[in-house]
Amino acid sequence: MNTSTGYAPRNYKIVKHKDKTLLEVAMGPHHPSTHGVFRMDVKLDGETIIDLIPYFGYLHRNHEKLAEDMTYFSTMPYTDRLDYLCSMTNNWAYALTVEKLANISVPERAEYIRVIIGELTRLVNHMLLVGFYINDLGAIGTPLLYALREREKILDLFEWASGARMMCNYLRFGGIREDVSDEWLASCNKLVDAFPYFLDEYDQLLTGNEIVISRSQGVGVLSKELAINAGITGPMLRASGVNYDLRKTDSYSIYDRFNFRVPLGQFGDCYDRFMLRLLEMRESITILKQALRDIPKGEIQSKVPPVLKPKPGEAYGRIESPKGELGFYLVSDGSVNPYRYRVRPPSLINLTLLRDLCIGHKLADTIIIFGSIDIVLGEVDR
Amino acid sequence: MNGQGILKGMLVTAKNFFGSYVSRERLTTVSYPEGGNTIKEQSRNIPFLVFDGEDPVAGMRCTACQKCEKACPPQCIFIEKDKDERGKALQRPKVFDIDASVCMGCQICVEVCPFESIWMDSNFELSTFNRFEGLQFNREKLLKSNTYFHKIHPQQAQASDDRLAEKERKRLEREAARRAEKSASEPQV
Amino acid sequence: MKPFDIQPLTQRFPFVHADAFGNALIVPAKNLVSIVEWIQASRLYLCDTLSNVTGVDFLPKVIEEEGKDSEGNSVKIKKNIPGYIEVVYHFYSIELKRGPLTIKVRSNGRDNVRLPSLMPHYRSAEFQEREIFDLYGVYFEGHYDLRRLLMWESFEDFPMRKDYVPPNDNEYEPIASRHSGGDA
Repeated sequence: MNTSTGYAPRNYKIVKHKDKTLLEVAMGPHHPSTHGVFRMDVKLDGETIIDLIPYFGYLHRNHEKLAEDMTYFSTMPYTDRLDYLCSMTNNWAYALTVEKLANISVPERAEYIRVIIGELTRLVNHMLLVGFYINDLGAIGTPLLYALREREKILDLFEWASGARMMCNYLRFGGIREDVSDEWLASCNKLVDAFPYFLDEYDQLLTGNEIVISRSQGVGVLSKELAINAGITGPMLRASGVNYDLRKTDSYSIYDRFNFRVPLGQFGDCYDRFMLRLLEMRESITILKQALRDIPKGEIQSKVPPVLKPKPGEAYGRIESPKGELGFYLVSDGSVNPYRYRVRPPSLINLTLLRDLCIGHKLADTIIIFGSIDIVLGEVDR
Repeated sequence: MNGQGILKGMLVTAKNFFGSYVSRERLTTVSYPEGGNTIKEQSRNIPFLVFDGEDPVAGMRCTACQKCEKACPPQCIFIEKDKDERGKALQRPKVFDIDASVCMGCQICVEVCPFESIWMDSNFELSTFNRFEGLQFNREKLLKSNTYFHKIHPQQAQASDDRLAEKERKRLEREAARRAEKSASEPQV
Repeated sequence: MKPFDIQPLTQRFPFVHADAFGNALIVPAKNLVSIVEWIQASRLYLCDTLSNVTGVDFLPKVIEEEGKDSEGNSVKIKKNIPGYIEVVYHFYSIELKRGPLTIKVRSNGRDNVRLPSLMPHYRSAEFQEREIFDLYGVYFEGHYDLRRLLMWESFEDFPMRKDYVPPNDNEYEPIASRHSGGDA
């Protein structure tokens, strides 16, 4: 057994553990803090966790099999519903993979609008996470609603561009569905200029707060080697100090034209993961300012046949979604339906280490660690 | 000083709370339904059919080509073509059912329609008391006039009218050209 | 990211060959673990993360081929190609910033499928191999905790296989759709 994984076989039953009896509790699917229908069976010794077993599948809709019955174009509204908080980046990953499979190119203006919408989605997701993290720590309501208040302004922009706040269905193969007007870009500019003041206010509210510091520092420490071996990606990996951001390494779309930094954490605990997301929001503002300054005029969708029939082949396309590496694997056999359609969910793979991170901590820390991993059940269960 | 972070946080909360009495920007709630609805112009919920003029059935633009039925991802549209007494097909649907409890508002039926006859409505107050009957929309419930369309989505309705006017103009030009050719090729009597 | 150069790998292990699309390597099931240990340690590859594990199902099919019968006339001969389940692995290297390396493993037939597990080497295979066991029926030998992931524990069949027929237990649906089995 390779000891670098640090995994111990789970074939022992604990009822009596060193002269103690343990309490086994199901933090069940109906729970206000588990971010969806998610169940954890924890074995407790007082308040300390001895063992934790996660159960999911409560939201399983067999999205991958449905896609084998539908055409490539009809699956686009269903990808909105995978990670339902960041629907635009799901659309983007799927469109990128199909464009790789069928060799479709994307015009310039559409790429710039995709980057603008992608970074706005990153802001939306991180604000929600930061708000709910503080909610889980105990400040029930107020900081959460401040974050949601700012998020509403971005959702208004999404509604203006695509017609819906959450399930946008806005990206198409070879571009985007509808062009944005100059008023939309001006409104976006105004939001981007006002956003750092909100982040400063949020910093003042929370980052120096003694309760946040004492409850999140040193909790759920994740080492570099274990994180790389377990396939963790996204902010959770960067909080442990690994410099791996797909926007810089893969340079998909036009990200190589923008100048931005990648924040890295030092200790890999919950506080690092929380602070990393606040810093990533500031970097997203930098990218947005550059994209809004340089956006050209032009057409927004290249010519694509109405019913797409790619040649037999396979493609694996991935993007840096706000939660991690979201990948799609498509196998085509030349017909209008895909032969195999697979989603690589970042939330499911980031959940692999939940048990390792939580053992030894108190029950209240489990909720914080779980909140800092940032999962969405629509993506875990598909 | 111990507790300094918490005190600074409380200053922020106080600024937001008292600021909501003073500045309009800090007050971000609307008392629905008395204080007004916040439907934007571009928002979409479920589809509806457009008719021009006064009579819904005679003026509707839909020709029952069934393209939206085939393109709909959850397949919530059901269309039957209309026939006259001798069995010849009329360019009209007899039955056009949309199951609003299945429709996810993805707007794909609007994209594929070649006759600009189906568009998205933004009305979301659709709740009913029964489980199935209230949310099955038949042809009569779906047909809404062009003036309604102009009221809820003025820009889209204007663009659609312009496109239809352009199509009509091109059709008349082709007719005139064909008539001119025919009269030029007829032998002079 | 720059893709890997597969020359050193095919030289070291001559029994792997590329697949029909040209960008993946097909590896026999009994050699998978030794190859994976090599690419984890070799300085040219240093694949330290396993990004994606996918299962693909291929039904048995009958194809017609040109051939000659006993008198030398050219006839079409029917050939049976047995079905198999394929597991596709995508490896990346964070250290060298290169990738992906795609490796495919094929099973013998579709009944009682047993393949080696990569969980002792890569922790990210834990949930993904459990999902393939749940949805395709592939038993991974060496996995520490192989049980169903997304379906409930007492579920019997394997939903993602191509010959799975979903049970028609939907309640009354007013408008027929292709997903509900056509019943109204």
